[in-house]
Amino acid sequence: MSDVVEKTLTALPGLLSLDSQPGSNKLSSSSKLGSLIRGITELTSKHEEEKLIQRELTSIKEQVSSPNTSMRQMKELMVRAIYCEMLGYEASFSYIHAIKLAQQGTALEKRVGYLAVSLFLNESHELLLLLVNTVLKDLQSTNLIEVCMALTVVSQMFPKDMIPAILPLVEEKLNHPKEIIRRKAVLALYKFYLIAPNQVQHIHNKFRKALCDKDPGVMTASLHIYLQLIEENPEGYKDLTTSFVTILKQVVGGKLPMDFSYHSVPAPWLQIQLLRILCLLGKNDQSTSEIMYEVLDESLRRAEINHNITYAILFECVKCIYTIHPKSELLEKAAKCIGNFVLSPKINLKYLGLKALTYVVQQDPKLALQHQMTIIECLDHPDLIIKRETLELLFRITNAQNVTVIVDKMLEFLRINKDDYTTIDLVGKVAELAEKYPLIHVFLSFGGPLLPENGKKIWFIETMSTVFSVGGDTMQPDIPNSFLKLLSEGFDSVEEDRKLRLFAVDSYVSLLQGEPGKLPQRFLQVISWVLGEYSCLRADLEVDTVLRLLAKLLDMKTTSSETKSWVLMAMTKLCEGGAGVSVARGVSETYSSSLDTVLRQRAQELQHLRTRSYEPGCYPDTPAWSPWRMISGSPLKEKSNIMLVSRWISLSFLDGFVSEALAAGAAPYKPPHQRQEELAQAKALSLEPYGLSLPISMSSCSITDRQSPTLLSISSGLSGNSNDLSHKGGSSSLKLDGVKRVWGREGYLAQREPAEESAHVEVPSTLRSPSQQGGADGSHSQTPTHTPTPEPELEKQQLASSLFVGLGSHSSVCLMGKSEPTPQRFRRKARSPASSSGASKNISNSLVSPTITVDTLMCNNLLDSRITSEPDVSPLDQTPPLSKGLAAASGSCDEELPDSDVKGSSPSLIGDDALVAADPAPHEEPPKDLLLSSYLPAELSGLSHSEIIPLSSDQSLDLSACHVQKEGDLVLVVFIYNSSDSDIQQILLELDSEELEVSCECDGAVGGARGHSVAVCQYSLSVKRPSVHVELVGTVSYQFPVGTPQSVQFSYKLPLSSFIRPLTLSTEEYGAMWLDFSHDTKQNLTLISDDPEPLAASLSVLKKKLQLHVVEIIGMEGIVACRLLQDQPCLMHCRLHAGTLAVWLRSPVPDLPDCLMYFCQRALQEH
Amino acid sequence: MLPTSLSSASTMIKAILIFNNHGKPRLSKFYEHYNEDTEQQIIRETFHLVSKRDENVCNFLEGGMLIGGSDYKLIYRHYATLYFVFCVDSSESELGILDLIQVFVETLDKCFENVCELDLIFHVDKVHNILAEMVMGGMVLETNMNEIIMQVDAQNKMEKSEAGIAGAPARAVSAVKNMNLPEMPRNINIGDISIKVPNLPSFK
Repeated sequence: MSDVVEKTLTALPGLLSLDSQPGSNKLSSSSKLGSLIRGITELTSKHEEEKLIQRELTSIKEQVSSPNTSMRQMKELMVRAIYCEMLGYEASFSYIHAIKLAQQGTALEKRVGYLAVSLFLNESHELLLLLVNTVLKDLQSTNLIEVCMALTVVSQMFPKDMIPAILPLVEEKLNHPKEIIRRKAVLALYKFYLIAPNQVQHIHNKFRKALCDKDPGVMTASLHIYLQLIEENPEGYKDLTTSFVTILKQVVGGKLPMDFSYHSVPAPWLQIQLLRILCLLGKNDQSTSEIMYEVLDESLRRAEINHNITYAILFECVKCIYTIHPKSELLEKAAKCIGNFVLSPKINLKYLGLKALTYVVQQDPKLALQHQMTIIECLDHPDLIIKRETLELLFRITNAQNVTVIVDKMLEFLRINKDDYTTIDLVGKVAELAEKYPLIHVFLSFGGPLLPENGKKIWFIETMSTVFSVGGDTMQPDIPNSFLKLLSEGFDSVEEDRKLRLFAVDSYVSLLQGEPGKLPQRFLQVISWVLGEYSCLRADLEVDTVLRLLAKLLDMKTTSSETKSWVLMAMTKLCEGGAGVSVARGVSETYSSSLDTVLRQRAQELQHLRTRSYEPGCYPDTPAWSPWRMISGSPLKEKSNIMLVSRWISLSFLDGFVSEALAAGAAPYKPPHQRQEELAQAKALSLEPYGLSLPISMSSCSITDRQSPTLLSISSGLSGNSNDLSHKGGSSSLKLDGVKRVWGREGYLAQREPAEESAHVEVPSTLRSPSQQGGADGSHSQTPTHTPTPEPELEKQQLASSLFVGLGSHSSVCLMGKSEPTPQRFRRKARSPASSSGASKNISNSLVSPTITVDTLMCNNLLDSRITSEPDVSPLDQTPPLSKGLAAASGSCDEELPDSDVKGSSPSLIGDDALVAADPAPHEEPPKDLLLSSYLPAELSGLSHSEIIPLSSDQSLDLSACHVQKEGDLVLVVFIYNSSDSDIQQILLELDSEELEVSCECDGAVGGARGHSVAVCQYSLSVKRPSVHVELVGTVSYQFPVGTPQSVQFSYKLPLSSFIRPLTLSTEEYGAMWLDFSHDTKQNLTLISDDPEPLAASLSVLKKKLQLHVVEIIGMEGIVACRLLQDQPCLMHCRLHAGTLAVWLRSPVPDLPDCLMYFCQRALQEH
Repeated sequence: MLPTSLSSASTMIKAILIFNNHGKPRLSKFYEHYNEDTEQQIIRETFHLVSKRDENVCNFLEGGMLIGGSDYKLIYRHYATLYFVFCVDSSESELGILDLIQVFVETLDKCFENVCELDLIFHVDKVHNILAEMVMGGMVLETNMNEIIMQVDAQNKMEKSEAGIAGAPARAVSAVKNMNLPEMPRNINIGDISIKVPNLPSFK
């Protein structure tokens, strides 16, 4: 359809000149409008147009006021007047005639009359009163079209005071038999509600009736009202939630007649509206949110057609899901959905994806991490709007570590941006960031400075300079003010402040030596203030030089008189004490005769101070005792001066007034850009963390697990390189490491992150000792995902690592409610043993750093006490208090030191040679991966096994496990290490899982384990019920010869992909099987597009990562088969479709296609 | 000049603008009040913002200074010689509005049988009437093209019959007109499957 339009429209420009074309009959040449328009198109200049229109208006004026003009002619005249008005020429004489036409014309003329009125007049126009009677009459008309017209004009504009006159009539229309009238009446009432809410209070239940109207159109119209009402008062309409949910359910379920469908999507706009309402209702309200989970899920599921409008619904859905009380399942789907948006090649969808990310990023920073490469690409996108939205996103994830990079990017954008509005907004944000982060340099220095101290100051001054020069004179005035305030009040140390000011002076002097004419006035004002105040700090800077530079400003034509007075004030301060007399004299003489009184005043002051030596309290008794005057004191009296300045800036004499106003309930003042930011946030999310039910905070959840110190460092996302880092040994400069080394040996963050997440998912509750973490890293670096990357990519990756640095840790910090430095300190400590454990094989005695031992000990002690008191509770459940305890432990480690020494060097522990090497301290995660793997049963040793992860431990047992993939089997191997001295006679291991079938070769009874030895048992696993991750829980019960029975619980999670094996088939067999399978799922996945043969490349990735069997590739299609252990087939059909890989999975097993789809998607994304 | 907070918070569509590739306005409808000069400036500013954008960039823009900054956004489509720009509340669904523009253009196309820029110029009033059936007082009234066309057709029929009986007494004319308002068949279809709102407390 649109093609047709476009074609026609393309063919058109010629029409204006060529009358012979078919369109020309529309050019009713006889009409006056026609000739007017033709006249206009022939014109070449604006001036001529103006003349022509004025002529036209004069002629219209004559005709409308002539008594002989019929209503019919009047109608035509009105159309011409409308045209002139549209072009921006006032035709106020015609207003009254428009009203007359609406009053007196027949239906059609009336319509033009009403139209003209609604285009010409506004709600407060006095002539509108004349229309009231007409409207009244038409509302009562039997002609429905007239009624409609009246309702339309009423909803466009109506004098507020006259509403009572027509309200009963409009109300009555709610019961009209025609639905179109009811609909329009509803909207008219809504308009009344907006302009005069009190007057329609009594009809609120009529709105309810409209909501229940049998016609969906009327119901839809009433949603406008409810959206507004609920926005104002969500509490008042909670009872309607079920109704809205029911409506949405019916709409989504296709219960509406086909008429309402748009591109076969049922009533999409209605769905969008309903979702917005639900979003408002469910915000911060768990019970209400629960009502809507189901329908939201269904909406997500149903929206599958690839059309704009479906995406519109999906977007609203996602927004809703992230706004209401979270449900992990839905959030997962929503996150996936956002991913689809972000990764979409369609630019509009990408934009919305970024917007959604911006919306959720504080709640779910992981999502931004996932898409960091896309975000980086968007930063370089040719479309400024995309860029802008990306910056907005980055602004929200700014932290002390990435602030410089992000500010750089913003400034880069500002330099190319032409749009005033955006400039103002962004300048405000940059200034906010720049001012926020120099303040934290104290914290930064905690883990080593990000930049050298001086560099940071230079950065601050330079950033602000750019802000001032780019922001120019349009920026918010509070930016220079607060900058000066910051500069004058300083930070903490006098010396630092002095340096900062010195930098400012240096930088500004060199700016003035350049081309000051190009600098905006505001900046010049800032410069002159700073030079006046602080140039004396630089001893080698001659006052004369500065004065001359300033005098140059005065001579420039572009300098405004306001700036000149700033300059004069600066000079006044400088030439104190008789310096630079000659320059000052010249200036003061020139301006003593200036026409501008302010300048004259300043010049006079300058003259006075120049001639008289200054003494405090000896100001000339000029009546003009302005604040300006007050600050023109001597720079030598810096201290008092600063006070004056800050008083001037903060206007502290108004404090009393302000506090009164605040007490009276006024809102506190916020600078405009902050207000805007808050507005934006109000539109975004409430940022309160919703507890731990979030799956998205999986990484953060695990923080609260008992083994937190190391896990925390993992989830921070930048510490995975701990190995590398600790080898270098310079752990004092942690922050710096964060920035640089993320891009380290194992590749860059983008690759690491998913890998780490998956690792993380598999071992949610296990203690990963630093050494094993190192091992994990090693294995990641060996995975096929890691490939050497070409140069430009490399740059991007570097950018990514510096942009997203600290994001993970940032989130964890937020969720933990702790200040930033704490986890970093944590991390440092947690890491330190990594180096020693790496080397620990040849250390016979415990040389592990005592602090970490303490941490771990504390942890274990705490656990032990818990376990003994509540033996049935799995350690997993005891999360939050423990993590706090841990934090405390790490803080107070010094006190515990002796204790650790005792345990660490306890001679009885160093008995057995084989173990001691790996076992410097009993609880410091004794058996290393390598050693444990030597315990693998012989028949498994040749096969690849997953990393051995520690599961659980108590004072005498340490449990670890790994799984081994055999061709037709998956074997779980559990290592039970008896770390005590005594032998254990009987160990019983029980495994249970909802998803898995466990068969054991050793009958559950392991037998005994001697002191410091390892018992191994293996289980063969097969899947009962597919799920993306399958989990086992197990209990080990044991008893020492003397003592009570004890037990340790653990859980082990592994991805379903470990159970996937290739299934070798022929194409014919495949074809036969395909039709038999009942469960299927379809999805479009990302294609590996950088390969000449994207399909083959994508399939080979899948084959490699997931062990699928590629049956055949035929042109654009490929068929693939695999089986889930033992023998459950799953078939896959892929097709290239619009730049994506359309994947269709089928299997006889429910849920298997969905799970496999998940892994395929992951595999392709990670690639 | 800028609207009060009350009205800006409530109207979902603030303005609908159509102009051609040279920035000549072809239709402007404001649902908020501005004075004449501001309206012209908005049109110019919008044209300026929209026209410099390439074809393969996204269809959304943050509103300019006049239109209310980040509280509003511009959503536009470019058809050959014409730009259709909707200025909407920032909470509005971008894609939803984008398709609303499409509905509008398709409707125009149906009503004018292959719409072109000239139609918009010479039938400003008709275009406004079509728009009025779709958007009323800044709120979306109808999104179904057929329904819009049916309403507009009814009015056109009336125009014809009015022309035919131009000489007849006014009372007779209004009697004829009363029969002309169409009813969508969907009222019949909907029958029992109409949407039921359960358990409304006020109606128990």
